[in-house]
Amino acid sequence: MIHAAPAILLLPLVGFAVLTFSGRRLGDPAAGWLATAAVAGSFVASVLVFAALVGHDSAHRSVEQVYYRWIPVGGFQVNVGVLLDPLSITMALFVTGVSTLIHLYSISYMKADPQFRKFFVYLNLFVFSMLALVLSNNFLFTFLGWEGVGTCSYLLIAFWFDRDTAASAGKKAFIVNRIGDFGFVIALFLIFSRTGTLDYRGVFSHLGGVSGGWATAVALLLLAGAVGKSAQLPLWVWLPDAMEGPTPVSALIHAATMVTAGVFLMTRASPILHLTPVSLTIIAALGAVTALVAATVACAQDDIKRVLAYSTISQLGYMFLGVGATAYGAATFHMVSHAFFKALLFLAAGSVIHALNNEQDMKRMGGLAKVLPVTAGTFAVAWLAISGIPPFCGFWSKDAILGAAYGKSPILWAIGVVTVLLTAYYMTRLMVLTFTGQARWETARPGGSPTPGHSAERPAGETQGGHGDHAGEPHEGPWIMTVPLIVLAGLSVVGGLLDLPFLNLEFLDHWLDPVVGHQTNLAYQSAGLKVGLLLATLVVALSGIALARGLWWRNWRRPELEPALLANNYYADDFYSRVFTSGGGAMSRFLAAAVDNRVIDGTVNGVAALARGGGTVLRRAQTGYVRNYALGIAAGTVVILGFMLSRAGS
Amino acid sequence: MSLDGSYYLVLAAVLFTIGGIGLLVRRNVLVMFMCIELMLNAANLTFVTFSRMLNDIGGQSLVFFVLVVAAAEVVVGLGIIVAIFRRRADATADDLNVLKG
Repeated sequence: MIHAAPAILLLPLVGFAVLTFSGRRLGDPAAGWLATAAVAGSFVASVLVFAALVGHDSAHRSVEQVYYRWIPVGGFQVNVGVLLDPLSITMALFVTGVSTLIHLYSISYMKADPQFRKFFVYLNLFVFSMLALVLSNNFLFTFLGWEGVGTCSYLLIAFWFDRDTAASAGKKAFIVNRIGDFGFVIALFLIFSRTGTLDYRGVFSHLGGVSGGWATAVALLLLAGAVGKSAQLPLWVWLPDAMEGPTPVSALIHAATMVTAGVFLMTRASPILHLTPVSLTIIAALGAVTALVAATVACAQDDIKRVLAYSTISQLGYMFLGVGATAYGAATFHMVSHAFFKALLFLAAGSVIHALNNEQDMKRMGGLAKVLPVTAGTFAVAWLAISGIPPFCGFWSKDAILGAAYGKSPILWAIGVVTVLLTAYYMTRLMVLTFTGQARWETARPGGSPTPGHSAERPAGETQGGHGDHAGEPHEGPWIMTVPLIVLAGLSVVGGLLDLPFLNLEFLDHWLDPVVGHQTNLAYQSAGLKVGLLLATLVVALSGIALARGLWWRNWRRPELEPALLANNYYADDFYSRVFTSGGGAMSRFLAAAVDNRVIDGTVNGVAALARGGGTVLRRAQTGYVRNYALGIAAGTVVILGFMLSRAGS
Repeated sequence: MSLDGSYYLVLAAVLFTIGGIGLLVRRNVLVMFMCIELMLNAANLTFVTFSRMLNDIGGQSLVFFVLVVAAAEVVVGLGIIVAIFRRRADATADDLNVLKG
């Protein structure tokens, strides 16, 4: 059923169009259900295409379908088309699958929001853009999807745009992403200038004989785009602020799908990366450093969503580390398993926030395991998965990356292992503060109004009309909120089966082999080393958990463990605001005063003054007396005649 | 009998100079207009003279063009002058200086 491919793309687009033009007629819950159905249909289509691809033998698992010629200009052709291969269909499967669950969850979470329909319009547009990004058969159509997800990200972060923090967080995300997109666009020009095409197949078949400098330039410029989209150093500052958006958005866009687009792009461009070992090293180092830095910051955050945001940055750093170590299978594996457990973490956090009337400060939570058993149980699964405890999926995917990193450089591996320790530590801290200990929210309530200046969901009463029925105890959401949690928890448990490093069970690696060509995976290592690395990271993860439990159990006031440097993200925002915002402002003011006022305006005014002065002088000749003009004519005639006579004489 | 061509040329030059000076020094529009006619016809006289001297009909035929153009010019010019005299009784050329820059 390879012919189901257009439906993957079209269903969310149709959902978007229908909701845009007749969402009002559908009414509130129906619009959400329609959006969910569109994405679910897209998931079914993805499964059909996946099944069809499995039916092909591994050498022929790459099908290109072109739907129409988008930009035909001379020899330059860009088509709207899809490249169905193991990589793109893997992405499509988890994007549509996770999206379906999050759409379902949002129907309840966004209930009674006055912008309910608009939310689903944006979500469907986002899913379409993301699918265009991953399924596209050329760089430019991918770029279209890339910008589409960026736009939807902006719209959804600033969804509650009447709140200043949300509006500026949206702008920040958009602008920071622009910096990276600049690199992406230049990379496209470079690719076209050398290969004359932007089709993936065409580009990758023209790579023979290109210079290493070209490959490095393209790889690093693409990396700039990926760094912006995937919130890596130094462009990571937008993602924590993106938590201003509704929690399902954080789960879908800023954890599970959109932010992995950078990793996808790197994997897709792997034939170019292979030509330039230095870029691979840069990517690996960047990923490792980002993983470590973001993990340290996550240890000192109070806002439950910001912990998860920094954790997302850190996990994306792992994926870049995997790509840099040419372990594309491992990076993709971690991308998928991260999508499972991180979406689960965010949705469960949303469930907590929802139950506590929009409280996001972990210091005001505690003891929630008793009142929110489903949330706490599923959250615990995700906690173990991200901490790297077997048999949950995070253990296997993280170890696949760490094993590959060990093969590249033990230093990178060591950074990764330290990050494992920190990950286990901050996630356990979050778990302990939120779900155990005394119930601090009882004193924070009633009213549940968020602390002033604190990043919190929209104040109660505005969105939470549905909350009037339980002004008392917090309790679980309805089934459409808990079912996605349970499904994702199940996936987090069994997700590791995708790619086990033993007994030839590396399904995902083998599945991706035809796309990425040469890649590193744990199978290339000796069994002793493999087991040694697995045990080492397991011990580190367990000690991280033990450490956090020892420090935070029944003891939630520990300011000495939350240095201001970490709580403020190394003052990166202040630094950027001083250097780039203020510096840029100063430069603009200087240019306005010196260049614009003096040089440009001076030139324009100078030309005008010249014309005016010339006119003042010349107007005297215009006396209005006919005899003067006649004299002028006569004199002119005499001069001309004199000139001609003098010429004739010579 | 045939006179030497130079007499005609001298006469034409004299007429042309009288017309030119008259144009420059007189203020009455009608008189200035007559001066212009004088200059045109001085030029015509030159044409005809050279036509005779060089035995070339071209000069004489050109005179007809000048006469026709002069006639048209007289029509337009007199029209303008009449229009001016309707507005003001004793217009000299120097009063008509509204185009002064």
